Amino acid sequence: MLLKLKYDSRSVRAPVISKVAIEENALINIIEAKVEPRFGEIVVEVDDEIAERVAEKFKKYGVEVRKLTKSIEKSEKCVDCGACISVCPTGVFERGEDDRIVVNEVKCIRCGFCVGVCPLNALKLPE
Amino acid sequence: MKTVEEINEKIREGNVNVVTALEMKEIVAELGAKEAAKEVDVVTTGTFGAMCSSGAFFNFGHSDPPIKMQRVWLNDVEAYTGIAAVDAYLGVTQLSETLGMEYGGAHVIEDLVRGKEVELRATAYGTDCYPRKEIVTEISLEDVNQAVMVNPRNAYQRYRAATNSSDRVLRTYMGTLLPNFGNVTYAGVGELSPLNNDPEYRTIGVGTRIFLGGAKGYVIGEGTQHSPPFGTLMVKGNLKEMKPEYLRAATFPGYGVTLFVGIGIPIPILDEEMAKATAITDDKIETVIIDFGVPRRDRPIVKRVTYAELKSGKVEINGEDVRVSPLSSYYMSKKIAEELKRMIERGEFFLTMPVERIPQKEVFKPMRQREIKVVKSVMSSPAITISPEASIEEAARILIENEINHLPVVNERGELIGIVTSWDIAKAVARGKIGKVEDIMTRKVITTTMEEPIEIAARKMEQHEISALPVVDKDNKVVGIVSSEDLSKLLAR
Repeated sequence: MLLKLKYDSRSVRAPVISKVAIEENALINIIEAKVEPRFGEIVVEVDDEIAERVAEKFKKYGVEVRKLTKSIEKSEKCVDCGACISVCPTGVFERGEDDRIVVNEVKCIRCGFCVGVCPLNALKLPE
Repeated sequence: MKTVEEINEKIREGNVNVVTALEMKEIVAELGAKEAAKEVDVVTTGTFGAMCSSGAFFNFGHSDPPIKMQRVWLNDVEAYTGIAAVDAYLGVTQLSETLGMEYGGAHVIEDLVRGKEVELRATAYGTDCYPRKEIVTEISLEDVNQAVMVNPRNAYQRYRAATNSSDRVLRTYMGTLLPNFGNVTYAGVGELSPLNNDPEYRTIGVGTRIFLGGAKGYVIGEGTQHSPPFGTLMVKGNLKEMKPEYLRAATFPGYGVTLFVGIGIPIPILDEEMAKATAITDDKIETVIIDFGVPRRDRPIVKRVTYAELKSGKVEINGEDVRVSPLSSYYMSKKIAEELKRMIERGEFFLTMPVERIPQKEVFKPMRQREIKVVKSVMSSPAITISPEASIEEAARILIENEINHLPVVNERGELIGIVTSWDIAKAVARGKIGKVEDIMTRKVITTTMEEPIEIAARKMEQHEISALPVVDKDNKVVGIVSSEDLSKLLAR
């Protein structure tokens, strides 16, 4: 599961991810990070089973947590060309049996790179 | 042996046997070409991909008082008016003057085909016969006299696939290319594509009736840049009859606007030879993967591949599996071949033989140029350089004495290891930093070479927001320096 962590000016200076990883014995994969002197936004991936308690721990250390459950969405504007297939780092897009483009939502890590690649502007990353 | 007249008679009688190109591969594999030729009358092909060399002629009718349009815009996208008073040609890649790459000629065409109104704005110099100097109005496809799609180059038989050896993401007409051979993109639908099923152009030629954008259209000749086996077609059709499903405006990010065009061509199976031709499979259709990391006309070939390999979704480059993206829609291409098959079966579409063959041999020449200016001709040489051990004061003195802003830093062998600019020194001074050049120099230096065209050097500076490039030889030794002022003097002319 993907968690979006929001740090304020205080929590952004603490090694929160390391603390949570050690204390919860959790593997935390950083997908996206934007860290500034007084603020930070990090997207991490953790196993579904431990997501709940990892999220609670982050909250305890003063980090705001939001679960990212929505993945990339393909609209009816799609013409099934496949320009998205090779740019996705996790292989979300595939050509299906009938040659239409299939979206494997569970693989999406919400990096958003494909949104700026689609010639038909048919991909959106819902908040 | 069959003739097109005999096939058309069968269409009229309702007992024609039409199959798609994909079905034909299986039939020939099963029955052999000779039997398949007796069995099958028509093979339908299809393709649906971005075709930049497309557009439409319009005749808007005359205003009162009349105007001889000198310039005309449809939804802020300019069309070409260097023809009669109210005739214009709108190209699909032309960009909106207000929205840029978000909206272009292709979008205007799609909007019109969807039945929407667009704003027409025109200006003129005014004459005795055409006194009006400007007009702004709304038009739809119903309002104009003619709207004729005329596409100078469509339906590429095959196309060079693309990859990128450079270290940055490239935004190209072949889509987004990831750095370090991160992906491959290719266009065309191989064995389903019209010209691959008639590679000698026996039945596809001037006058061939085709499916274009959901309506009937015609081949009017070979397309521009036609060079078999990279054959192309010039086509026309009535935009008023077309369907939006088969004409889709698109933007290739960082490149521009284009139009996905749907084309289907029926191929009459006149004899065994035609049955054999339409049995072609992807593993027999070859192309090359070229490197867009080299920004030159003749991009190096990375690998030879077949459409079967490309279609598999992975190709090997330098020992690694690289993922492949198609840019043409197989789904839509199949749909077009099937739709055309239905139209023929229902007796709505009859075949034609070409009135003239298109060339089976043709060379695609490069542009004749006066000269290609290279960095060597404009660089300052030798470049004034400095050692990494030198003091910041020393660097400042050299910059001032020579009235320059950039100092390449070289080691004792003359190899480039960094660069300091007057701005780096100003920053160091402002922060009270004293020390050596190596403490403040930039280590990742963007460079050029003596033989690099100046346009490419200029683009490097623009992309990295810098104003000079050290010129290095193959051993990374500094042989000169070129600044944006040196280049702008030449490029502005």
